Amino acid sequence: MLAYVIRRVFVGVAMLLAMSLVTFTLFFASPVDPAQFACGKNCSPVQREQARKALGYDKSTIEQWSSFVKGVAVGRQFPADPELRKAAPENVVDCDAPCFGYSTYSIKTVNEMVGEAMPVTFSIALAAVILWIFFGVLIGVLAAVTKGSFLDRGIVGTSLFLYAFPSFFIGTFLLTYISIKWDLYPLPSYTSIAEGGVGAWASNLLLPAVTLAMLYMAGYVRMTRAFVLESQAEDYVRTARAKGLATRKVLFKHALRAALTPLVTMAGLDFASVLGGAIITESIFNFNGLGKLAVSANTNYDLPVLIGIVLIAGAFVITANIIVDILYAFIDPRVRVG
Amino acid sequence: MSTAPTPYLSVQDLKVHFPTADGIVKATDGLSFDLERGKTLGIVGESGSGKSVSSSTILGLHRGSSAIVSGHILLDGVDLLELSNEDMRKMRGRDVSMIFQDPLSAMHPYYTVGNQLIEAYRVHNQVTKKEARTRAIEMLDRVGISNPDKRISDYPHQFSGGMRQRAMIAMGLINDPGLLIADEPTTALDVTVQAQILDLLQDLQREFNSAVMIITHDLGVVAEMADDVLVMYAGRAVEHGPCKEILTHPEMPYTWGLLSSVPDVTGDTDARLVPIPGSPPSLLNPPTGCAFHPRCLHRDKVPGDLCRTELPPLVAGTRGGAHLKRCHLSDPDSIYETEVLPEIAPDLVDDILADSAADSAADNAADNAEGAR
Repeated sequence: MLAYVIRRVFVGVAMLLAMSLVTFTLFFASPVDPAQFACGKNCSPVQREQARKALGYDKSTIEQWSSFVKGVAVGRQFPADPELRKAAPENVVDCDAPCFGYSTYSIKTVNEMVGEAMPVTFSIALAAVILWIFFGVLIGVLAAVTKGSFLDRGIVGTSLFLYAFPSFFIGTFLLTYISIKWDLYPLPSYTSIAEGGVGAWASNLLLPAVTLAMLYMAGYVRMTRAFVLESQAEDYVRTARAKGLATRKVLFKHALRAALTPLVTMAGLDFASVLGGAIITESIFNFNGLGKLAVSANTNYDLPVLIGIVLIAGAFVITANIIVDILYAFIDPRVRVG
Repeated sequence: MSTAPTPYLSVQDLKVHFPTADGIVKATDGLSFDLERGKTLGIVGESGSGKSVSSSTILGLHRGSSAIVSGHILLDGVDLLELSNEDMRKMRGRDVSMIFQDPLSAMHPYYTVGNQLIEAYRVHNQVTKKEARTRAIEMLDRVGISNPDKRISDYPHQFSGGMRQRAMIAMGLINDPGLLIADEPTTALDVTVQAQILDLLQDLQREFNSAVMIITHDLGVVAEMADDVLVMYAGRAVEHGPCKEILTHPEMPYTWGLLSSVPDVTGDTDARLVPIPGSPPSLLNPPTGCAFHPRCLHRDKVPGDLCRTELPPLVAGTRGGAHLKRCHLSDPDSIYETEVLPEIAPDLVDDILADSAADSAADNAADNAEGAR
């Protein structure tokens, strides 16, 4: 098991390296000159080349990538150019390992920016995953046990209907009507637990989390319904009934237990992908999470921040994959022993 | 043992119909039989003949599905079809239990064998987990699993096929039910293991004095296990009576077909295996008259178009007694002797006779022991 995890971690690191290289290559393949962009409209060619040098864009892609990798491994100093560091030692910023770089737009390291945005995204993702798993599984089971009934058809129809709405619609609707026009719920703004306690933190998260959860919940309702129906047709569920177990026990101990296994896998991966930033939801509610950071990094041609976010998001997905695989062994004894 | 035994299980005119979009599927259509405690009934038929549906209906597993059930299932005088869902649930596993064909899929892969046995015992008995565990170990030991106190913590996939089926039998008998239904209990097992499982079932039946319904398509199993045989075709009984009588003097061409299609493993290799032509009929749209007539090799021997137009009643066979058959043939014995018997593996009939002789001797011994108690 340990050897397996170590192997998976190695593969994961290799994948992250490849991802960063691809991101570098794609960035410089863009027709926009990042040095021109950083320098601004009224910028002479001389100034532009100075900016290019200051930002380190004068080096080849592979050189830039190696110094990035080196920064992640052992840390580095900014500005990257040693001459500039010598010219203005008071401006030198030490960036300790793992250093993801220094923003070309804001006067912060990527680590700082990601560090500020991460708790916001993590909070939204956590609240959303709790909501969508709880309600998704609950409603899905309800649909499965009332299969063919009016309720079941209603649930399936409604979830499909809601699924068809994009999250910018649901988010905007909740914000405009629930919070502003009808004044049913206070306008959410991110409050950390340190600032306002768990209550304020959670209540401010509700609307964004609902918006994000809606996107996934419909899928989970339908998947849970399908998995429960499938496991209810299994021989071992018939055995459980034949033993004389009560219907509820047959459903929860025997049928649902088997149906949960694939749901855990899905939930782990979906949670990881949401951790990479819920761009639309964060933008609508103006929560400064990774998603919003990614959008601004894109519009500002802020390569270091972009790389940082790509790698963080990738690392989440890879880690989640490994965790789900380990979790599987705990859920399914056949994997554990065999 | 001098009083006439009242049947422990009495199934009367059982009909199980499933409404589907295409029409009504008559999975079981008017099935009647009696079974006493300590006796074994073998229900034989091809896939889709309604044998499994009938048995799961006895267990009440049709409840909650769309099945339309009529008739009576009297277990110890109680009509199971009249019981409330909750009362039926309490009967399940306690008075009637069932073991299934494939023990790997019939046991929950995520729970240990012990967990599943303990659960089965605690549903019907107010005991602590520890007491239930002791009982489970005792049952595993009884069905021949070595080191039961260790193996009880194993998961089903850590057991071999035969051990899994033993564990299923232990689970089925843990509450000492009066009726045990075994649905193809040996089909998924190796031939060598099959015999062990059948022996075990027989031993346990004597010990627990339960009524056993064994559902199979294997006449060898029937010959070894059953006191009575019920041959089913398209949801109906086509031949029913004492095992020895049915297997040595069958009067229905479908039974002949089943006997001819048993391979002869010891005889000469030139002997042909005679399959029944065609395939079982759709229960949605069964053939008119005798449901077997499209596949029957002997329908020309019945005058007129009787086989196609009229369903033969289930009546006493030519030799009388408890032997019932559903066939228009007026002289089945001579056809059987001349045309069918030569095709049947000779050792099969010998085995049947030897087995049933041994069985009745054993039964007598068991009866005597019972009387002495």
